[in-house]
Amino acid sequence: MTEWLERHIPKMVLAPSFIAILVFVYGFIAWTAWVSLTRSRLLPKYEIEGIIQYERLFASPRFDTAMMNLFIFGTLFIIISMVLGLLIAILLDQKIRTEGVLRTIYLYPMALSMIVTGTAWKWIMNPGLGIEKMVRDWGFENFSFDWVIDPDMAIYAVVIAGVWQASGFVMALFLAGLRSVDGEIIKAAQVDGIPSWRIYSAIIIPSMAPIFLSAFIVLAHLAIKSFDLVIALTGGGPGYATDLPATYMYAMAFSRGDIGQAASSAMVMMAVVFAIIVPYLYSELRVKHD
Amino acid sequence: MKKSVFAAVSAIAVTCAMPAMAEPQAEVLHWWTSGGEAKSVAVLQKEFADNGGTWTDMPVAGGGGDAAMTALRARVLSGNAPTAVQLKGPAIQEWYEEGVLADISAVAEAEGWADVLPASIAGHMKCEGTWCAAPVNVHRVDWIWANADVLEANGIAMPTTWDEFNAAADKLAAAGITPLAHGGQAWQDATVFEAVALGILGADGFKKAFVDLDMDTLKSDKMVAVFDQMRKMRGYVDDNFSGRDWNLATAMVMNGEAAFQIMGDWAKGEFLAAGKAPGEDFLCASVPGDGFLYNVDSFAMFNVDGDDKKAGQDLLSKLIVGQNFQKVFNLNKGSIPARVDVALDDFDSCAHLSAKDMSESSDNGSLLPSYAHGMALRGAQSGAITDVVTAHFNSDMSSADAVNQLADAVANSM
Repeated sequence: MTEWLERHIPKMVLAPSFIAILVFVYGFIAWTAWVSLTRSRLLPKYEIEGIIQYERLFASPRFDTAMMNLFIFGTLFIIISMVLGLLIAILLDQKIRTEGVLRTIYLYPMALSMIVTGTAWKWIMNPGLGIEKMVRDWGFENFSFDWVIDPDMAIYAVVIAGVWQASGFVMALFLAGLRSVDGEIIKAAQVDGIPSWRIYSAIIIPSMAPIFLSAFIVLAHLAIKSFDLVIALTGGGPGYATDLPATYMYAMAFSRGDIGQAASSAMVMMAVVFAIIVPYLYSELRVKHD
Repeated sequence: MKKSVFAAVSAIAVTCAMPAMAEPQAEVLHWWTSGGEAKSVAVLQKEFADNGGTWTDMPVAGGGGDAAMTALRARVLSGNAPTAVQLKGPAIQEWYEEGVLADISAVAEAEGWADVLPASIAGHMKCEGTWCAAPVNVHRVDWIWANADVLEANGIAMPTTWDEFNAAADKLAAAGITPLAHGGQAWQDATVFEAVALGILGADGFKKAFVDLDMDTLKSDKMVAVFDQMRKMRGYVDDNFSGRDWNLATAMVMNGEAAFQIMGDWAKGEFLAAGKAPGEDFLCASVPGDGFLYNVDSFAMFNVDGDDKKAGQDLLSKLIVGQNFQKVFNLNKGSIPARVDVALDDFDSCAHLSAKDMSESSDNGSLLPSYAHGMALRGAQSGAITDVVTAHFNSDMSSADAVNQLADAVANSM
C-alpha cells in the first residue's frame, strides 16, 4: 500500500495542474485555432469556413504595419537592450565602490509596470511638454525631437521606452553571468599579460552563451506580447503607425466585434513565438541528452 | 425546519404576487460613469424606483464601452443576459441576429413610439419589424464650435461652405491662431472626416458611401475631394495634436488658442461646465453642407426569464421614451430628446437649433446616421474605414491612394 502511494502520489499531486494547463492553455489554443477558421463576428460561431480570416488578415494593410512594427521593434529592442545591458554589466563588474547602489538604480525601471513607463515617456517625448520644449526654451529654436507624433518614427520612440525598461534587467542577468565565470581562468589570463578587453571577448563572454540565450528568450517574448507599452505611449497612433499584432488582436476582438480576425491574428502571433521557442527547446533538450 | 421556512416564504411571495403584477426588476448594463452621465442615469434610476421597480445597476467603465461589451459577451454566453443594455446603432441588429434580444413591441405600440420618433431613428430601434430597443437621446455629430471673441477679432463669420472655412482658417493661421482644435485619436479623425464628407458628398452621397457602402461612391472623384479637404484640415491643426483628448481640444477653443473645433454636442457640455454662454462666448453651427448626422444612445432589451424581469423591461422602456425622462436626461447630457414632442423651453439655443434641424432633415431625408460613432455601419466596416482615414490624416498619403485603400479595406472587411 505505502509502496503504491509512494509511486502514485507525485502523479496525483501533479494531476490538477496538469489538467488545468491542458484545458486552459492547450485547450484554448485549440479553441482559438478553431474559431480562426470560422466567420465569427460578435460571438464565436463554430461552422468551419476555411482560411477566409487568414486571407483577410494578410490583405489588411493595418496588419502588415503591425507585423512590420513587431519586426522593427523586436529586433531593435532585443539588440539594443542586450548591448546596453552587457556594457553596463561589464562597467559595473570593475569592482567599483558604489556597485550596490548603481545596480539598484539600473534595475529599478524593471520594477515599474509598462503602463507607467509608457505614460512617463509619452510626456517626456511629447514635443509640447518634454525634451523638445525644454531644449527650445534653452534657446535652441531649431531643435526637434518629435518621434512620438511622426508616423515614420513613432515605433522607434516605443523602442526607446522599451529599452529603458528592459536593459537594467538584462544587465542584472549578465552581471550574474560575469560573476559566475571561474576566477582562476581570469587570473591565469591576467598572469599571461592578456589585455582585459581580450579577456572579456575571448574568455568571459563566450562562456556566458547560456545567459545570452536566456536573455534573448526573455526579451523576445516581452517584445512579441508587448501591448501595454504601446497602448500607454502612443495608443497605437499616430493613425495606426505603432500598432503591434497584440494591439491589432485586441482592437478586433474587443472594439470591432470581429472575433474571427482576432483569432487568426492570435494564431499568427503564436506561430511567431513558436518560431523562436522551438529552436530554443530543441537546443535545450539536445544538451540534456549529451 | 429549513424546508418549512422556505415554503412559508414562497407562500408569502406567491400570495403577494397574486393580486398585483410581478414586481418590475431590471439589471441595467451601461457605461455612463463619468460625472454628468452618472447624474443622467440616476434620473432614470429614481424614476424606475418611484414606479415600484427594483433597479440593479451594472456600470462597466472603460474603453468607450469596449469593457461593457466584453462583460455583455460573457453574460450572454453564460446564458444570463442583463435585462437592458446600453447599445446603439447596427450593434442592436447584430445582437438580434445572435438571437438574444427581446421584443418590446407591445410597449412601443401602446406608447405610440412610431408617431413621436423620427422615422430614421425609429428604424435603428427595430429588429426585423419588431421593436427591440428604446432610444434615449440624439447627439448631433456634425457641429462646428467656435470661439466668438477670436472670430470677431479677426473679422470672420461662421463658415457656411468649405471654401469659406479654408479662407477663414488661412486668415487665422496668418494671425498666429490655430484654426482647428483637434485631437489625434482615430475616432476624432473619423469625426472630422464624416463632417467633411457630408459637406462635399451631400446627404445622398454620404448615405450611399457610408450606409450602403456603394463602391462607385467610395471610389468617386468626390471622395478624392473629401480626402483633399482632409489634407487641408491636417494643415490647420497644431503640431502637438497627437493623442490629445477631445475635451482638451475643446479647452483650446475656450481659451482662444484655437478658433474652431468639429465635434459632437458633448463638447457643449464642456463649454457650459466652464461657465461659457452659447451665442456670446462660443458659437455653434452645423458644419458646411446640408444634413444632420446623429448619434443616438439607446437601451436594447435582452431575452430574460421571469415575469418580474419582463415587467421591468416594459416599465423601463416606457420610462426611457417618456416625456419627463427625455427632457431631464438630455438637459443633463447636452443632447436633445429623441422624441419630437418634448417642450424645449429649458434647453439652450444650440439645442433649439439641433432640434429644428433634426425635424427639417427628417422631412427631407437628410437625417443620417454617424459612421464615426458606430451608427451607420457594423464595427468591422466602420473600423476598416477609420483605419484608412486616420492613416491618411497622419501621413503624406495621396488622396487617390487613400480612395483606393478605402475601397479595398471596405471590401476586405465584409
